[in-house]
Amino acid sequence: MAQTAVPSTSAAGERPAPVGIPLREILPWAVFAAVLGAVLIYFVGAEQGATSLIGGTWVHEFTHDGRHLLGFPCH
Amino acid sequence: MMRSLLVRGMLAGLAAAALALVVAWLYGEPQVNRAIAFEEAQAAAAAHAGHEEEVVSRTVQKTAGLVTALGVYGVALGGLFAIAFAFAYGRVGALGARATAALVALGGFVAVEVVPFLKYPPTPPAVGAPETIGGRTALYFGMVALGVLSVVAAVIVFRRLLPRLGAWNAAIATAAGFAVVLAVAFRLTPTPDAIPDGFPATVLWDFRIASLGVQVVLWATLGAVFGVLSERAVRRRSAATAAAA
Repeated sequence: MAQTAVPSTSAAGERPAPVGIPLREILPWAVFAAVLGAVLIYFVGAEQGATSLIGGTWVHEFTHDGRHLLGFPCH
Repeated sequence: MMRSLLVRGMLAGLAAAALALVVAWLYGEPQVNRAIAFEEAQAAAAAHAGHEEEVVSRTVQKTAGLVTALGVYGVALGGLFAIAFAFAYGRVGALGARATAALVALGGFVAVEVVPFLKYPPTPPAVGAPETIGGRTALYFGMVALGVLSVVAAVIVFRRLLPRLGAWNAAIATAAGFAVVLAVAFRLTPTPDAIPDGFPATVLWDFRIASLGVQVVLWATLGAVFGVLSERAVRRRSAATAAAA
């Protein structure tokens, strides 16, 4: 999976010039991390505030101080 | 490669959250307590009687709640940071891993903290009418989106201008354009914030500075720690590439 996809024709001795990671290798991770990150940040920052997926106010109250101090609108 | 970057991103995020937690406890919590004391004094004065039932106690909010919120936020941010680093590395000029991580951290801090902070600064408890939470949340996340888009746009514009204007002038032109875009957006967006009468101005100011401090420490630690951790991983990859050649 994590094969180095850089063409081996590029000069072997050259140290500098960092080689970018191929986009096709980044993309699936990017999509997954973005979705997961968005869900986590939503639960820390916004659940049971403007919108609510789970009933009650437990998530809101539990993350209350973090929400205020991280800068999210809390209530 | 992506796997090792992602692991390092989440670890750096956790380390950043741990340091940010210290700032939050030392500088943020005293202001939160003062704001809640004001809120309760107001409620008592208005004969609001029936004290709100506590779903989660203040002690839990200050400890387990704050630790969990910052920890989860740090790990999520660290993962996203690793992805942004993967896109940037080798594509923003001949910068090494540590310099790339520092630049990504600076860009991320401006995009998701500075831009929203300037228009919709964080509010302590008792500030902000509960009826407007829907609109304020939408505006806040809209401003985060604007921050991310304008920083990405600035990077693209700077790279286009670079060959024609040189580094100095290209940077000035990009910064000026960035400032104009934000100035216009800040002017056009509504300001629904409602600060209750008599809310102590020093508490509001100190709370906002504490919140900014939490974010500064979070992003700076994330960038510095990720740079150190990823440099080794990146070097190993170059060595493997060189060996394969």
